[in-house]
This record gives sequence, C-alpha cells and structure tokens, in this order.
Amino acid sequence: MGDLVSTVFLGALLFGAVTAAVPLLLAGLGEQMSEKSGVLNIGIEGMMIFGAYTGFLGAYLSNSMWFGFLAGMAGGMVVSLIMVILCVRFGLNQIVIGIGLTLGFEGLTALLHHFQFSRTYPRLPAAEPVSIPVLSDLPVIGPAFFNHHLIVYIAVALVAVMAFVYRRTQLGLNLQAAGDKPAALDVTGVDVVATRAFAVMVTGALAGLGGAYLANVGAGLFVPFITNGSGFLGIVLAMLSRGHPLWVLIGAFVFGLCLALTTALQVAGVNIPTDVIQMIPFLAVMVMLVAFGRRSSLPAALGLPYERGAR
Amino acid sequence: MTSESLSADPETGTSTGGGPSWLGPLAKRLAMTIGPVVVALALAGLLLLALGIDPLRYYTYVVERGLLSPTGVQQTLTRMAPLLLLAAGLIVAFRAGIWNLGGDGQFLLGAVAAAATAPVVITVLPAWATLLIAFVVATLVAMLWSLVPALLKAYQGVNEIITTLMMTFLGASFANVLVKLIFLDPATTVPQTRTLPVADRLPRLFDTTISGGLVLALIAIVAVHVMMMRTSFGLKLRIVGANPRAAVHAGLDVPLLTVAVFAISAGLCGMAGALEVLGVQGNVRADWNPGYALTVIPMVFLARFNGFAAIGFVFLLSVLSIGGESAARRMGVPNDFTLVLVAIVLIVLAIAEFIDHRHKKAKG
Amino acid sequence: MAGEVPSTDQPIVTLTGVTKRFPGIVANEAIDLSLRPGEVHVLLGENGAGKSTLIGLLSGLQQPDEGEIRIDGKRCTIGSPREALGYGIGTVFQHAMLVPTLTVAENLLLGAPWWQRPHKDQLAERVAELASRLGMRVDLDARAHDLSLGEQQMVEIMRALLRGSRVLILDESTSMLTPSGIEELGGLMRRLVESGMSVVFITHKLREATAFGDRISVLKLGRKVGEIPPEHVQGRDEDSLIAEIVEMMFGIRSDDPEAERRVRSLISDEIEPLLSVRGLSLAAGTNTPALSDISFDVRPGEVFGIAGIDGNGQKQLAELLSGQRRDGTGAILFEGQAIETMPVFRRRKLGLRYLTDDRLGEGTVGSFPVAINFFLKQIGEPPFWKGAIEQTKAIEGHADRLIDDYDVRTPSRHTAIGQLSGGNVQKVVLARELAEGARLVIYNKPTYGLDLANTLTIRERILEIARQGKGVIVISTDLEELLSLADRIAVMESGRIAGIVDYGEEARTEVGRLMIGLDA
Repeated sequence: MGDLVSTVFLGALLFGAVTAAVPLLLAGLGEQMSEKSGVLNIGIEGMMIFGAYTGFLGAYLSNSMWFGFLAGMAGGMVVSLIMVILCVRFGLNQIVIGIGLTLGFEGLTALLHHFQFSRTYPRLPAAEPVSIPVLSDLPVIGPAFFNHHLIVYIAVALVAVMAFVYRRTQLGLNLQAAGDKPAALDVTGVDVVATRAFAVMVTGALAGLGGAYLANVGAGLFVPFITNGSGFLGIVLAMLSRGHPLWVLIGAFVFGLCLALTTALQVAGVNIPTDVIQMIPFLAVMVMLVAFGRRSSLPAALGLPYERGAR
Repeated sequence: MTSESLSADPETGTSTGGGPSWLGPLAKRLAMTIGPVVVALALAGLLLLALGIDPLRYYTYVVERGLLSPTGVQQTLTRMAPLLLLAAGLIVAFRAGIWNLGGDGQFLLGAVAAAATAPVVITVLPAWATLLIAFVVATLVAMLWSLVPALLKAYQGVNEIITTLMMTFLGASFANVLVKLIFLDPATTVPQTRTLPVADRLPRLFDTTISGGLVLALIAIVAVHVMMMRTSFGLKLRIVGANPRAAVHAGLDVPLLTVAVFAISAGLCGMAGALEVLGVQGNVRADWNPGYALTVIPMVFLARFNGFAAIGFVFLLSVLSIGGESAARRMGVPNDFTLVLVAIVLIVLAIAEFIDHRHKKAKG
Repeated sequence: MAGEVPSTDQPIVTLTGVTKRFPGIVANEAIDLSLRPGEVHVLLGENGAGKSTLIGLLSGLQQPDEGEIRIDGKRCTIGSPREALGYGIGTVFQHAMLVPTLTVAENLLLGAPWWQRPHKDQLAERVAELASRLGMRVDLDARAHDLSLGEQQMVEIMRALLRGSRVLILDESTSMLTPSGIEELGGLMRRLVESGMSVVFITHKLREATAFGDRISVLKLGRKVGEIPPEHVQGRDEDSLIAEIVEMMFGIRSDDPEAERRVRSLISDEIEPLLSVRGLSLAAGTNTPALSDISFDVRPGEVFGIAGIDGNGQKQLAELLSGQRRDGTGAILFEGQAIETMPVFRRRKLGLRYLTDDRLGEGTVGSFPVAINFFLKQIGEPPFWKGAIEQTKAIEGHADRLIDDYDVRTPSRHTAIGQLSGGNVQKVVLARELAEGARLVIYNKPTYGLDLANTLTIRERILEIARQGKGVIVISTDLEELLSLADRIAVMESGRIAGIVDYGEEARTEVGRLMIGLDA
C-alpha cells in the first residue's frame, strides 16, 4: 500500500517537474543563443509574458493549441524585434532596454487581460498528451516522461538541435565568433549585427513559445505576471550552462523538480514551507559559483555593442 | 556598459563623440527629459484610446487622485519613501558601474529583519531606540546578503548581474522561510511576523498620514547625491564606474571599492525595506513582494543617476501608482498601465538620446 | 636580399592622395601607393607613422576621408571587410583575428554562408594542398588560443589564401616571431609572390625590410616620405640600402625644427642616484612579456632614455616603477629608500610621477571635465578636498591656472576631456604629473600621436624638468626623440636591458644596432 502511494506520488512529481521545466528549458535555450552571440538579453521575461499572452489568445480564438504556439512565438519575436533595433542595431544599453521591455510587456499584458478576460476567465481544454508507445507503459517513468503534449518532446529535441547547430553548422561558428571576438568575425566578411539580430529573434521565438506553453499547457489560462520570473531563470540557466544546451536541459529539470516538489508536498500535506525547496537550486548554484567562480564562463564581448573599427 | 547615459556607445567616456548630457546646459537637459515624457504620455494615451478609455479623463483622474486630493497626495508622499531609498542605493551602484539587480531581495530581507527585530525590542526599549536598532539590523542584514556577489565580483570577476539576480530569487524565498518558520506570529492565522503597534511606528509628519520615513529618504538620497558628486569617495567610485583602468592607474583599490559599493547599495535597499515595515506595514506577511526595486531601476536611468532628478521621477512614479490604483477601482483601468507608461517613457528617452548622440557625432 | 626580377604588370591596387583623419590626429596624409603582383612591398615606419590606418583602409575597416582607391584600374570604395575579401585583399592583422575559443579548422571555415554545413573534409584537402605547396604547417584541430602567435599567423595567412586573395597584407607579422620563425615567413612570402600574388609587408625593422622587400615605402608621421623601387633594392649592398632608409626615416632636414639640440653635460657617476633599480623581474602574464633582472640608476638632472620596439616590457617596467603594479621582484630605491611595496599615491608623494602612454584609455576619464582630470591622482588631498568634501573653488581656480600655464586649448574647464585633441589631453596629464613636488618623472611615449607643435612643446617641458635638477625617464619607440632628449639610452629587448649607451656621436648607430638585436 505504502509502495503504491509512493509510486503514484513519484510519478506525479516527475510529471510535474517536466511540465514546470519546459518553459525554463525553452527560455534558457533561447537566452543561451543570445548570450553566445554577445547579447545579454534581459528582456526575455518580457518576450515570455507577451508570448504567453499572444499564445493563449491565439489558442483561445482559433481553438487550436498549435496555432497558439505559433502565435506565442510571434509574440515573443515582436518583443525581440524591438530589442534588436534598439540594442543590436543602435547599440543602446542592453540592461536598461531589457528591463524596460520586461516591465512594459508585463504591464501591457496585464492591461489587455483585464479588458479581455478578467470577467470571463476563459480556460483552454486540457492539452492532449501524446503517449509514446511502449515507453509510456513503463512504471513510474512512463506516465512521468512519455505522456506529455507533443510540444514537450519538441522542446527536448531542440536541445539536440541546438547542440547540432552550435557544433556542426556554419551558423553555430558565426554565433560563437560574434560573442567571443566580433572583430574576427567581421574581418571574415560576416555581418556581426545580422548574426546577433538572428540570435535575438530566435530567443524571442523560443521565449514566446515557452510563455505560450506556460499559459496553454501548464495553466490552461492566462493571468497577469504568469511567467513570474521564468525568463530571469532562463538567464541564470543560460549563464551557468557555459554554452552547452544539455546543461540547460539538466538545469531546467532540476529547477522544475524543485517547483514540482513544492506543489507535491503541499498536496501530500507535508509541512515544510515550499520556499525551502525553491531555494535549493539557487543555493546550489551560488555554492558552485563560490567554489568554481571564474570569469571565463561568459562570452568575452557579452553586453558590448559592436562597432566596426571603433578606436 | 559603464556609461552613465542610456546609449552604451563604446566611445562614450573614452574619446570624441557627443559629450555626456549632464554637462550640457540645464535647459537642454530639461527639454531632453520632458519632451520624451510628453511623447510617451501621448503614445500611452493612444493605447488607452484603443482600449476605449478617454486618455484625458484618465490622466486628469490620476493627477487628481495622486496629486491634488489631500489623501492622495499623502499616500503618494508615503509611497515615495522606500522608492527613494532604493533609488539612492541603485544610484551608488550604477554610477560605480555595478549592475545591482538584486535590490528586491535586499529590500525584502531588510524588511524581514526590521519586522523580526522591532516588535521584540519594543517590549524592552523605548520607541526611538527600537526604530534605530531595527534600521541598523535591517541595513546590516541586507549588506551581508550582498557580500557573496560583492566578493565574487571584486576578486573573481564573476558577472554581478547573474549573481544579484539569483540572490534576489533566493532572497524572496528566504524571506518567506523566515516569516513562516522563524519569526511567525503565533497569535494570527495568516502567516506573518509580529506586528509593531501603530503608535510605535515612525512618527507621521505634522497632522498628516505621511510617514516620517519620507524625510529620512529625502535626506538619504540627497546625501547619496552629494556623496557621489561632491566628495572624494564618490569621485573614486565614479572613476571606477567610468573607466576602471584609469582607477587602477590612479592607484585606487578597485576590489575594495567594489565591495564598498555593494555594501552601501544593498544597505540602502535594506533600509528601504525597514522603512516600509516600520513606517507603513508594521509587519511582513508571507509572499509579500512589491517588486519596487525593479520598477525603480528605470526611474534611476531616466534621472541619469542624478539624485535630485530621481526625486522628481520617483514622485512622478508615485503619483502614477497611487493615482493609477485609484483609477483601477473607479475607472476600471488596472494600475499595470503605469508599468506600460514607464516602459514607453524609458524607450522614447533612450531613442531621443541616441538620436541626439548621432546628431552630435555627425556635427563634430 | 630579394633577387627576383620584379614583374612589370599593372598594379592590382593603387592609392592616390589618400587621407584619413581621427580626432586630434591626421593618421594618413596624401598617401600614394601601388601594389603590384609578384612584389613584396614593404611599408616601413615607426609606431604612429600611420601603417595600421593604411591597412584599415585597404581591408575595409575604415574609409578614407580624401583620395581614391583603384583596383585593377577601376575606382572603387572598400566599404567593408567583405568587400575587401571580394576584391581579393586578404589581411593578417597585427593583433590576432582568430576566435580563441574555436579550433583552427572552425576559424578557417568562418565566413561561409551561414546556412551551409561546414565542409571540413574539403577544407582539410585544400589546406593540405596549399600547405605542402607552400611549406606551411597548420594543425586544423588545435584550439586557436593554444597556438603561439606565430602559429596563429600561419592560420591567418592560410585563411587569406583559402579565400583566393591576390593581395596579402601582413601587419607587423614578425613582431612576435622568433628569428627562425621570421626566416620561415620570409621564405613563404617569396613563394607567394612567385605564384603571382602581391604581398604587403608592414614592419618597423630595417633588416627585415631589406631582406624581404622588393619595393620599400617609408612612412613617417602619417606621410609617405620615400619609396625605393625594385631596381634600387636589387643588387645593393645591405648597408648602403639601410643608410638610405635611415636617412628617410630619421633624416634631419636643415629646416627641421626637431633638429634643435640641447647641450649635454655628462652626469657624474659620483652623484647619488635619485632612483636605483636593482634586479627587477616580473613573471610573464597572459598578454604581457616577462621582465628579467633590470638594473639602472637615474641621477638628478639626467634624462634617461629607454628605447626598444614596442611590447618588450617597457610598459610593465614603468608600471612597476610607478606602483601601478606591485607583483615584481627585486629592489626599487628612491633616494635610497625601498619603495617597491608602496602604493601609487605614496610614491607620488615622494615625487615619483608616471605619465602613461595610454592617455585616453587609462590616463584620463574621458567623460569627466578637464578640471577633475587634473587631480585624479590627488583625490581626497587638501586643498582640493577638505574633510573629503570637494572644494570646487580650489579645484577650478587651480585648474584654470594649469590650463593657462600649460596652454591647454579647451572650450572650458567643464568640457569633457575626451572631446579634446590628443595634444591637449597630454598637456592635462603632463600638468597633473608635474604638479608640486615632482622629483622624478617617467614619461611613456610622451609625444605618441601628437602633431609637431605639440611634440616640440612637450619635449621642451621634459628638458625643463631636467634643467631643474629633477630626474627624467623617457620611454619611447622613436629613436629620434630619444636622441634629441636623453643623456643615456637603455635599450630594452625581450624584457631585459640589452645595453646602455651614453649620448655621443656614435649613439644613434649603437642604439640602432641594439634595437634590431645586434651588439652595440
């Protein structure tokens, strides 16, 4: 009997961990690309929240989850386009504009939510999970990992895609060069600004998708400030991953697990404040930084606008 | 990213280009500040219009409630107090080129420290001593909270943006842990700390409801401004911010100054938290996080790190928030509109400065 | 010595009257230059002669303010590095332009269309082919930051060749190479021009110019002061060729105001030295050379020159002496007192002053007003600060006096110093370091990048300091400057002092020989 309870509990916990991890994973992967190319994208929280809003709106109006995800990506890209113009093209301060975009789109989506949904609080139907044959029949692991919405598998597959892009494609080389030594990329005839702009647009798309997942699959509805710092967590994950997509996945899962654990413990009636568990990943990260703190973990030109031949 | 203007042009501070705006004539600076604010108000007005709200009516209402009505203006001035202290803390850090994005964590821990101390100390000591002790404890706790990012930045070169961001998440959780586990008031069912009786809180100004904290905060931000602009210590910090290599060349102890900046910045943020508790709230409830610091950051930038200008912008923000909160109840416009407005002002101003910069460059 | 008969083909690239200005400096003034196939064209000149700017113009990093560039006879602009590559102009920059975190192969692959898969096999094949034909060695799997500077250069040459360059520009490529590495590079250049390329070889070393060049152009202070065509380079004996070049580089015309000389009085060894350096050493840093066992004395009234090619440890020596870095070993005595552990401000109080060569990068805070920049090293001291409070009147009054005394041309004392010209910035720094109580002043490249009028003013200031019985150290890469100022000249080479030469008839030759690595 006790075994059965703990098995169910563990399954639910891991399922929740995956659900909580996916938006972080998408945000982290997106931010990682920006940072690789030398742009510190503090506006990612704004990209996520706008993606959550447009994603929910898209899914609600079209009755299609997939159209919602596309709308979420588009929403995120709208925000990243502003970032591209102001920070990458004009070279304005990335921190100021990033914080401005985050606050602005948090406010804007809250406002729009108020006028559109605050009376009705529409909900989306629960997302249709896709069970992976055979694997989903495994005990505990099956329902936890192999019975999710298709977008979850896509997000995990993106880790491999990103790793492939960074290690095996011309684009990956260009991105890394833009972040580590933009001048060296420039002299080979590649446009540094265009490379960075591309990276920031991808960040917007992924962050928007993460936001849409959060609203459409995670919650089934949009509420103001729904992202609640997920974008900032994405920044932390990206900075700690040292450019490796797999590390973003691991980090996102650890954070997701802690988030799920807090919910699970509440449900189970265990009397530990959820905050204790929420602190664990941050504490672990800080301890790691103190132990291994090095400056080499970030691209050399991170946060610096590129101007050719600047003396 | 050490430039004190919004444009992070790498040439600023090292070679030609346009001069920093704080040197320009006052009139031009005012025009460069007020112009974009007006443009932003107009743009935000269009948004209101699109939502079916008469922008003029909204703005009039906000000004009436936030500025012209007696209760409104008192609330506005009370709200200003913690925001001013946060602005003071951020100005010190940003002028020294340190991106302390952990103000909210430092604020919350300061608040919890004050809420944990004051209701206990008041039972043995008079009110003035209690308030003093609570302030000191809050300041010290916030300073300690910033120690790890400070040391990592000063001696290991670890990017402070990531560490302070993490410490702010950690701080929010830790504050909750403290409230729920350690400083919990057993007498209430809601998880919150013990409450400091209203009579023992910071005195109110004259016959109003304005918290005496406002005076303290005004003194603090003016003092910070004077320290940064008029003293040798402030000049040293500004040199570290504007050109760290020049600081080394001039023989300044850059790591030590960096730690000092973190301590002052975090201390002021912690003091802001104490002020909110000792002046207004009286206690800290679990999951309370007003997120003031993140909202103040744009104000500090808009003020171009000038303390007096920051008072103006913080006042504007307070009017908009208090008026906005009232409008939310009466006109059905959530006060989140204030956030949108702030963001639009910030972006319009950044663009204006960029155009101005380009223009000067083209001329010179 | 180059023995090939140079080609008489049409030039690939022709510059006519090209001028490029930067704030405060004319970097290139009315330069004419032709780059022909089959020729190694040497651009010779001291630091600040305008070589780097010229390369910037050819490689598309910068655009000229005046003049025209013709490629294959057609007038054109080189708007970006991509366009330069498109015209077949490949550049190997002095500062490595490889991405340190990528492998050699990945660096070579940069620049292909982004949607492509990197064709590593194809690359390996072509690299192997080129390498065997030209006798180059390139390890494709090494990470760029693990390579020596010479190896990085080979990679960059390889990259230019892979891009099908017709013109290869080598910027100061030998400055970081070992003698055998230099030989190897010379051989490679020869094989490249034999295959019909045009090579532009930038250097400030005379011997390399004569050994590798088919045609030699000499730059000085942004102007081209002479060109020796192949028919004159060929078959000449090296010494007469060098003599001709030296005449162009350092030659003193009778109307040259630089020719003004001071009367030297040899300082007696009996006098107690003001500064004694004994066995000063420093470990090499990631980007800085090591110093080994440096010893010398400077006496009151003496101008002690330190010559040498840039990057041989002069800057590190100056920083150790000034206290800006304190990680060296050995003794520094100021009037007999050990000062090697003292921080900057205490050494400054004793009268030891240091004028950095990087006057905008570290010497001043560009966004701060002129007035404050006068006092950057006296922060907190009376009368400018009292009880930590800034005394605006004292600062501004004093600043106004210094602006007058040193003839700083500034719109006002409130102007941000970054807006002033280099010469005026230097006057501010000078005023700061010569302020009350200076006993010994270290000048690092004091006239670098300045126009003639400012150069002469600054030199006059230096001599005046010595006449007042103070000690002076002048670090310079400009031999002419040292000859016109110094009583003794030490030559630094690879972090040590190769020799110290007394002023005299033979000083120029002796220092020159030491500088290029021969015994005096």
